[in-house]
Amino acid sequence: MRVLYFAWLRERLNRSADEFELPETVQTVGDLLAWIGEKDEAAALAFEDPRLIRAACDEELVDHSAPIAGVTTVALFPPMTGG
Amino acid sequence: MFVRLQSDPFDPGDETNAFLDAHPETGALVTFTGTVRSTPDRPVETLTLEHYPALAQKQITRFAEQAIARFALTDIGVIHRFGSLKRGEVIVMVLAIAPHRQAAFDGANYVMDWLKTDAPFWKQETGPEGTNWVTAKAEDDAARHKWEDQNGW
Repeated sequence: MRVLYFAWLRERLNRSADEFELPETVQTVGDLLAWIGEKDEAAALAFEDPRLIRAACDEELVDHSAPIAGVTTVALFPPMTGG
Repeated sequence: MFVRLQSDPFDPGDETNAFLDAHPETGALVTFTGTVRSTPDRPVETLTLEHYPALAQKQITRFAEQAIARFALTDIGVIHRFGSLKRGEVIVMVLAIAPHRQAAFDGANYVMDWLKTDAPFWKQETGPEGTNWVTAKAEDDAARHKWEDQNGW
């Protein structure tokens, strides 16, 4: 699975994307955040307040309970500030 | 309908005239133009907009289609810039065209309210005191939610 990071998440993680082989225990976006955080101290800090992390699965905005089975790309980013 | 994401500057006057020329039958055109704001207490020299291109195109197209359906617009156009902009430069423009003025106002307002909170753009300001990411505002969420409360949209 490809995971993309944007804005201050990208800066804090010092990369814009990861490629992961996920264990079966990672079933939702929330599980994914926790799993990445376990592997990476910078991510654990960046994801510390989950309310500040929004997600899109294959270019659809989703909440943290969304399942990720079959998803190719998950994008993680802060609340949006367009306009 | 058109949705354009671009780094290049554009002229809001030219866009307005072109849209009007394309719709000679219409009764009302409302446009909104957003620019890089700089105030004495919060001076901004440059604003850098990061975006997620595929999702941004998809989301703005969705809001534009919803606005056409909800307010029976004749047409709508949205232009949103990304990259590095200087103070006073145009960031975004919405052009909503309808038989009557209220629908055109509502259509432009609807798209802007959704765009502020649900289009994947992030702003980074640079001023005399350095660089910081602009945080999302609660009032933008409230503005977007007001549309959800009406008729289940």
